[in-house]
Amino acid sequence: MKELICITCPKGCHLKVDEQTFAVTGNACPRGAAYGANELRNPVRVVTSTVVVTGSEIRRLPVKTDRPIPKGKMFAVMEEIARVRVTGPVRVGDVLIANVAGTEGNVVATKNLP
Amino acid sequence: MFDYELIVIGAGPAGLAAALAAHEKGVRRILILERDNQAGGILNQCIHNGFGLHFFKEELTGPEYAGRFVAMLAGTTIEVRTDTMVLELEQNRTVHTVSPLRGYERITAGAVVLAMGCRERTRGAISIPGARCSGIFTAGAAQRFMNIEGYMVGKRVVILGSGDIGLIMARRMTLEGAKVLACVELMPYSGGLNRNIVQCLHDFDIPLYLSHTVTDVVGKDRLERVVVSKVDENRRPIPGTEMVFDCDTLLLSVGLLPENELSRQAGVQIDPRTNGPVVWENCETSIPGVFACGNVLHVHDLVDYVTAESQRAGRAAADFIQGRLPQGQEIRLENGSGVGYTVPQHFHRDTDKLEIFFRVRAIYHNAAIRVMDGDTQLARFRREHMAPGEMENITLPKVLLDRAQHDTLRVEIEEAAQ
Amino acid sequence: MNYDVIIIGCGVIGAACAHALSRYQLRVGILEADNDVANGTTKANSAIVHAGYDPLPGTKMARLNVRGTAMMPALCARLDVPYKNVGSLVLALEPGDEQTLQALYARGVANGVPGLQLLTPAQALELEPGLNPKLLGALLAPSAGIVNPWELCYALAETAVKNGAELHLNAPVTAIRRTEEGFALQTPKGEFTAPRVLNCAGTHADQISRLVGDDSFEILPSKGEYFLLDKSEGSRVSRVIFQCPSPAGKGVLVAPTVHGNLLAGPNATASDPDDTANTAQGLAYVRAMATRSVPGINFRDNIRNFAGVRANSTCEDFILGQSETVPGFFQLAGIRSPGLSAAPAIGEEAVRLLRDAGLDLQPKQQYDDTRRRIRFHECSDEEKNRLIAQDPRYGRVICRCETVTEGEIVAALHTPIPPVSVNGVKRRVGAGMGRCQGGFCGPRVQEIIARELGISPVDVLMDWEGTWVLCGETKGGAGRV
Repeated sequence: MKELICITCPKGCHLKVDEQTFAVTGNACPRGAAYGANELRNPVRVVTSTVVVTGSEIRRLPVKTDRPIPKGKMFAVMEEIARVRVTGPVRVGDVLIANVAGTEGNVVATKNLP
Repeated sequence: MFDYELIVIGAGPAGLAAALAAHEKGVRRILILERDNQAGGILNQCIHNGFGLHFFKEELTGPEYAGRFVAMLAGTTIEVRTDTMVLELEQNRTVHTVSPLRGYERITAGAVVLAMGCRERTRGAISIPGARCSGIFTAGAAQRFMNIEGYMVGKRVVILGSGDIGLIMARRMTLEGAKVLACVELMPYSGGLNRNIVQCLHDFDIPLYLSHTVTDVVGKDRLERVVVSKVDENRRPIPGTEMVFDCDTLLLSVGLLPENELSRQAGVQIDPRTNGPVVWENCETSIPGVFACGNVLHVHDLVDYVTAESQRAGRAAADFIQGRLPQGQEIRLENGSGVGYTVPQHFHRDTDKLEIFFRVRAIYHNAAIRVMDGDTQLARFRREHMAPGEMENITLPKVLLDRAQHDTLRVEIEEAAQ
Repeated sequence: MNYDVIIIGCGVIGAACAHALSRYQLRVGILEADNDVANGTTKANSAIVHAGYDPLPGTKMARLNVRGTAMMPALCARLDVPYKNVGSLVLALEPGDEQTLQALYARGVANGVPGLQLLTPAQALELEPGLNPKLLGALLAPSAGIVNPWELCYALAETAVKNGAELHLNAPVTAIRRTEEGFALQTPKGEFTAPRVLNCAGTHADQISRLVGDDSFEILPSKGEYFLLDKSEGSRVSRVIFQCPSPAGKGVLVAPTVHGNLLAGPNATASDPDDTANTAQGLAYVRAMATRSVPGINFRDNIRNFAGVRANSTCEDFILGQSETVPGFFQLAGIRSPGLSAAPAIGEEAVRLLRDAGLDLQPKQQYDDTRRRIRFHECSDEEKNRLIAQDPRYGRVICRCETVTEGEIVAALHTPIPPVSVNGVKRRVGAGMGRCQGGFCGPRVQEIIARELGISPVDVLMDWEGTWVLCGETKGGAGRV
């Protein structure tokens, strides 16, 4: 039995997950059950960061992966983000890296850049 | 005739929500004054996610959350002046501002909303001994360097304080290639959300030392190492427990202080428990027509609550401008056993329902929140888990408030029977 | 580079000498080891202009303290240096202290200190309600004051440079060779020669003196730690509050600062010449002692701790005079308290010493020793708008806590001795000195310095050499090795 803290929302329910059956107890909502089971089998995280902006007084643009990606690939995602150079205009949600590090997730802008 | 019906000081999430709420209630001449060169406040540098789960039912990053409110300004008559500093607020709601474009001006207002946010507690505030080498930053200042300007502040990092800002920076610095050696927390529990302990420390195997603090800082020019000691139940360092960390950066996440310089100068009554203004249930301060919301009122954990509170303040400002004043005798709220403070600190008896926000002083499991009217229990709420790092709230409906006999109600914690 | 006089050290003493000498037709060179002036004891002391009852009558300390304190108001007015004649009280708190007060009173009268008065406890408490109500008496010295010590140093040094003195920063003297004409001083910036040298090297004055073979004195560095409290504590007392002095020194004082803060300190512990670290024991001691004088101090409102090292020495008095064994080498050493108060008079003394040693001093025809600094937050509304109309950067407030504008920061970066660091800017215009201690304005000040000096923000220092702030860019941009 693995003890986890759910990260889906700020409540932070203390979960117990059966390592054989992946059954979850202690969750206050269905998303918690999904998180608990997944965290043991295939832990995923959303990665947030910034990208280099050129041609502007603004130096960095905040970005995120548009879905949680495998935890083990976080640094690979960061490496690809480090190579991006972006110039305006960019709108929230614009894809800056498609299928980042082979995760099927995209890196998208979280702020408008004029 | 005032220059503006409403002036809002600060275009962070609090100011934006308050202005939009007032506009929705029909106030038209609204001016938001912002010292930075963009609206959004501290959210601009909070590039991580976790915002908006309550308000938008979506998980957003800080910039996205702020962006939603900035977008809502379009189509309203709300003016935002950036690069503008408020130097003084007078009791008659005249605001003194200065900016490169417009110079020094005095602007009169029908109502004012204070939304200046807060500042970080410094090294001096907790008198950390040791050298005054470079490499010691408050976590928020380091966050600004990294996320807005794009600079790394160091390579080997120790973080003092396990509040959310410290935890977030532990992850951020690790992802950008720094080595975070430890997170050190004075109290026997973390001040931050559990999800952040997981995502920011556990994920990267960063050790968390509870009941520890930094007792020495060593470095001739730049920081070279810090000494961390365990503390006893009185939070005094225990000799002999010293650990040395070779590092070049110390981030301090040791508390936030509401930024009430303007409020104090204007004569607004400040509550020493929150370091924010004493307010009524509608967020009005001790100066009629001056309202406060967001971190300037009390330090929040969730921006969603900031938005809700600020909407309340904005609507109340609109009521004031439009001549609808709250009625009823004053009832004061006292904090009893286990409760650090309440916001509001007093309310009008005839109010429809009363939402009370408060923080507890310790961690509680299966405890109850009691609202006492003298010796009579007016209301009781069970809670499985409460912690100082998580702001609590309870709602008292009018039917309960009508039963109050005394002019003071006490909010207290009743621990679980052993 | 050859000069008529070289001054080693540009703290407040070296700056006062340079200022006094720059009046005359002389080539004056100043060699400062650090990357800025005022970086030693001058920036970390009690900032008191002492009345002068403390030094023993007949000593140089007594004479120069009283003279310096008398000169200070007019000097500060001319150079636009913040100074306030707040007065001081020495408290009798223990039995026996009352005799000490009598002795100080007599000493003060002998030294020519004006206006001294012995007070009863009731009289003292009426002046200062915040004092320990159990006090037994007090000595009032109306001529005491508080000053901004580093701004005084900048003003003196800038004026000297404006009038032709040449300042070399990052120029520690590593060797001194005797030559036919006088001395050749070796520094990383090259060799500098002069027939006369003034040793104003503070806590390193004995090391410098040994370079010419004069080991007649030793500096005994004494570290003093301080609390600097928020302006909300600034009116806790309105005068400088001393306790009775002990052999270790004047003891822990509580005083307002010219900025409106409250200062508590210092203790006195033997230390290395450059060790400015705070210690838990030192701070606890200061706190306990300060509370004896002013019980109500709210230490939770502390915004900064710091420590300064004083150049106490093996001599009881100031060491002022030509070296007995090395003609042409003048010692201005061991300038412990009341060094700051005496500084203007020590400058005069340096001129007298050189004249007595035969140096011909002709006043310059053109000499400008006025200085004005724009302080935005002190300007009237109309002045503010005039400034902003001329330069919109005066409309951008960078330091919220102290209301310091970009215009002032840029102006400081273009003075005769421009700052090269964030703290150099802080000490010149106050940005970062307030309750948030640069948390808000720090990154912005760094950016402005980078822009005005034409360097990368990564190369902007916090203070002295080696105090780097940023190690590079995120995303693998240009970095620091």
